Amino acid sequence: MNEPLSRLTIRLSINGRKVEREVSARVTLADFIRDDLGLCATRLGCEHGVCGACTIIMDGVSVRSCLLLAVQADGAEIRTVEGLAEAGAMSAVQRAFRDHHALQCGFCTSGFLMTATELFERDAAADESEIRHALSGNLCRCTGYANIVDAVAALLGRES
Amino acid sequence: MKPPRLSYARPESLDDALSLAARYGADAKLLAGGQSLVPMLNLRLADPGILIDLNRLSSLSGIRRENGSLRIGALTRHRELELSAEAAAAEPMLKRAAREIGHLAIRNRGTVGGSIAHADPSAEWPLLAVALDAKLGLRSQRKSRTVPAREFFAGPFTTCAEPDEILTEIDFPLATSGGGFGFQELCRRPGDFAIVAVACRLDLENGRCTAARIAVGGAGPTPLHLPAVEAIVKGSRGENDAINEAAAAASRAVDPASDLHGSADYRRRMVAVLARRALSEAFTNASPS
Repeated sequence: MNEPLSRLTIRLSINGRKVEREVSARVTLADFIRDDLGLCATRLGCEHGVCGACTIIMDGVSVRSCLLLAVQADGAEIRTVEGLAEAGAMSAVQRAFRDHHALQCGFCTSGFLMTATELFERDAAADESEIRHALSGNLCRCTGYANIVDAVAALLGRES
Repeated sequence: MKPPRLSYARPESLDDALSLAARYGADAKLLAGGQSLVPMLNLRLADPGILIDLNRLSSLSGIRRENGSLRIGALTRHRELELSAEAAAAEPMLKRAAREIGHLAIRNRGTVGGSIAHADPSAEWPLLAVALDAKLGLRSQRKSRTVPAREFFAGPFTTCAEPDEILTEIDFPLATSGGGFGFQELCRRPGDFAIVAVACRLDLENGRCTAARIAVGGAGPTPLHLPAVEAIVKGSRGENDAINEAAAAASRAVDPASDLHGSADYRRRMVAVLARRALSEAFTNASPS
């Protein structure tokens, strides 16, 4: 694709579902997921990569969906929090958050769940300090960090 | 908080990318990991009109050891470098510094070359490139050239790269056996940009420093190479007097600006503190020669 275009057709997989849409080049992936695909559990907080509320998993790793353009996700496999549950049953990460009361208002929770999911699937040997390091990119303005760390530590079989 | 109107091109090969850069040059921005550029688009601090997305140029990604250096493709993600055993063996300071960059999701996406081309004076890769005397590979349709990192940075967010040039590779020298490194960064919270950071590498023979490389970030318009400090450290065995003298010289060599995160005076004092700690760390963690 060697000519700059202001509108493009993209194809991607979201939570296992194939979609094809025409999008404006300026639209962020976060807005595309929320507004075009109607998956509104991915939150937008700061829109410049600081808060982590919009964290999703793209091609196996966590990314900020506010810092990607939708056109960049052409061909990608994307998972959002709507894709965590299987057949109506919460994922292990979601259960750990519920069991440890790891959410208060819930606004940041989607982002935390996606970061924790990457940790659970790719770095399950992380100790508490590494868990805190990994979670440090997500902000909780209810400041409920202790229970979030507890949830992830329990999930990975660590004491905290 | 949304990007301005723009057009987007996604070349599949370096030749196509160079052709786009030649055609649109100053009207376009190169998009690598986007972890600095996209926030600037969202905040309307940048309005380039055209984005040339380099992310499909797989030839620009990868880490390999060759001819006495560690050659890092410009599109290599921070996280790849953080996890690379090859990079850790070749120059352990790379892994140490990579952990300090942003957060996991940022490191999964941001690239080494993007950070260097962006030239934030507080960022980690520009600092390490200057400290370790890395060489940068630049390509355009007109020519290929290699620029020492110590000559690449012209000011805050400004480099000597021409509008039609693409940074393709960063070559770090391999750490010599028997040496040590120190990396110290001061920031309010993990993942924030450094208020001040110091990186140094010492070559040691029987405990005596035979060569020193040191630079400081966040204390000037670009990362600053500090030859005056190197001259003091060279020949020493890490005695307190030598390290204190070197730290004082580092502090005198910088002329930082004041901003929201710290006054000029605070930064100057912190340069001395971090230089002292980084040099002590380098003498202490030296591998046996």
